Amino acid sequence: MRFGGLVAVKDLDLSIEPGQLYGLIGPNGAGKTTVFNVITGVYRPTSGEISFKDQPIVGERSGKITRRGIARTFQNIRLFGEMTVLENVKVASDCRQTADLASAVFRTPAHHSEEKRVDLQDRELLKIFHLEQFADEKAKNLPYGSQRRLEIARAMATLPRLLLLDEPAAGMNPQEARQLMDLIRWVRDRFGMGILLVEHNMKVVMGVCETVHVLDYGATIAVGPPAEIQRNPKVIEAYLGGA
Amino acid sequence: MKALVRAVVVIGALFLLDSLLAGNLVPGVSLSPYFLQILCLAGINIILAVSLNLINGFTGQFSIGHAGFMAIGAYVSAYLSITEGDRIRAVFSFAPASVQDSALLLVILGAGAFAAAIAGFLVGVPSLRLRGDYLAIVTLGFGEIIRVFIVNIDAVGGARGLGGMPRLANFFWIYLFAAATVAAVTRIVNSSFGRTLVAIREDEIAAEAMGVNTTRHKVLSFVVSSAMAGVAGGLFAHYLMYLHPNSFTFLKSFEIIIMIVIGGLGSITGSVLGAVLYIVLTEGLREFAQYRMVLFSLLLVVIMIVRPGGILGHRELWSFFTRRRRVEPAPPAVTG
Repeated sequence: MRFGGLVAVKDLDLSIEPGQLYGLIGPNGAGKTTVFNVITGVYRPTSGEISFKDQPIVGERSGKITRRGIARTFQNIRLFGEMTVLENVKVASDCRQTADLASAVFRTPAHHSEEKRVDLQDRELLKIFHLEQFADEKAKNLPYGSQRRLEIARAMATLPRLLLLDEPAAGMNPQEARQLMDLIRWVRDRFGMGILLVEHNMKVVMGVCETVHVLDYGATIAVGPPAEIQRNPKVIEAYLGGA
Repeated sequence: MKALVRAVVVIGALFLLDSLLAGNLVPGVSLSPYFLQILCLAGINIILAVSLNLINGFTGQFSIGHAGFMAIGAYVSAYLSITEGDRIRAVFSFAPASVQDSALLLVILGAGAFAAAIAGFLVGVPSLRLRGDYLAIVTLGFGEIIRVFIVNIDAVGGARGLGGMPRLANFFWIYLFAAATVAAVTRIVNSSFGRTLVAIREDEIAAEAMGVNTTRHKVLSFVVSSAMAGVAGGLFAHYLMYLHPNSFTFLKSFEIIIMIVIGGLGSITGSVLGAVLYIVLTEGLREFAQYRMVLFSLLLVVIMIVRPGGILGHRELWSFFTRRRRVEPAPPAVTG
């Protein structure tokens, strides 16, 4: 992926299996978020290919890619602030429903049953994420940690097979970060989807990921299990600077 | 079923009200033609304001071209009723004259709405790629292009204006369509489709990331809104029986914007309130015609300072009567 003359990410090769927790780390400006934006269709890669469930997805709109089963959260929280928590989740699950504009205007039976189904399903989802007490609260009024959880819950409502988490622990205190780690593991175990995690908090990354992928200036410098990465001299150099 | 009953009740009530105001129900009781006309124009404004609110208030796409779509609806329906009126009537020749009139009105309003919807689609597809100020400028431009087009089409009178259509619209029809517009927009907003529109307003990137085809939703709401403006135009044409391109300048678009901003972007009852308030104020200030716009600007400035979200903000009128729920300060993060 290049922007004009700048090569942001090059020769990236990664694959994620269902149920795998894959960490992507690197110093600031290494290209982590760019990788996210390329996968989710926000940027079109200048070369290379991405396939999901054995189908190429390069060049599709990000909405389409989400409907295929790749959901993401945002580094800087992007909730629908004026909408309630429940509505936030409903918008996401709407991408799986078929009711159209006409059925809304004429209130067809299909519209009613669909609305009921979405309502039940999403209240259930909020319960899983311990957000049910906020269901009718505006999203912007939630405490920070809960907003982060809602971001994940909202992404989950699109029923993804691959979940991309962009710095979910940003701004969390150690206790919240620990709870987040449990949540991530739990979500993976329960739904069995692949998770790609971008994170600066090394405790979280090393704690939950099975494979860690280190980027520096857009190039891969190491891939392996957390224990190996922690000892890798190249990684240490990238983070601490060479002697 | 409930909706059907409600529709019948509304139609019945409007019918009674219509005959009452016209002085046919209670002898000696009627509304003066002047006030009746204000009332009818207010009804047309309600249609315009509520439909524009669908784009500006709920979808958050600032459009200033609504008068253009109103003009298309007005001219298409007027042209049809003038040139094809007799032929359309002939189809319903078995029915009494009043039924023929109603049928003619419905047919030409449908045609006007359809034409406005197509125009909305053609304008919306390229311009809804833009955001904020850019979208506002482009829609403003398209609105003016539509008007200039009309000025240069001789078949509809060009700059001379167009007259000669029958008076088909009255209090009953105008408020029937106003009620239908309010009902339709309310239902759209309170559906999954409307939820998605509000999500686009709140954060377009996040909405797209949640699997929403934002372009499709924006264009659809634009098309629906344009069609409703077309209906308002058709009613306008067949109420005043005269059309002039100058009625549809960008100032008309601004008027509609003022109505929804006063009432509250994202509030349907707010738009209704704004539309009524606007016409009451314009008529009330008629004596100070020269200073009217000055007073309006002043009012707008005051409202923006006192209530930046408009009189009702995002809320609906009835939400003020139900007990206001205190938003408790949320407890610190609970276990995940």
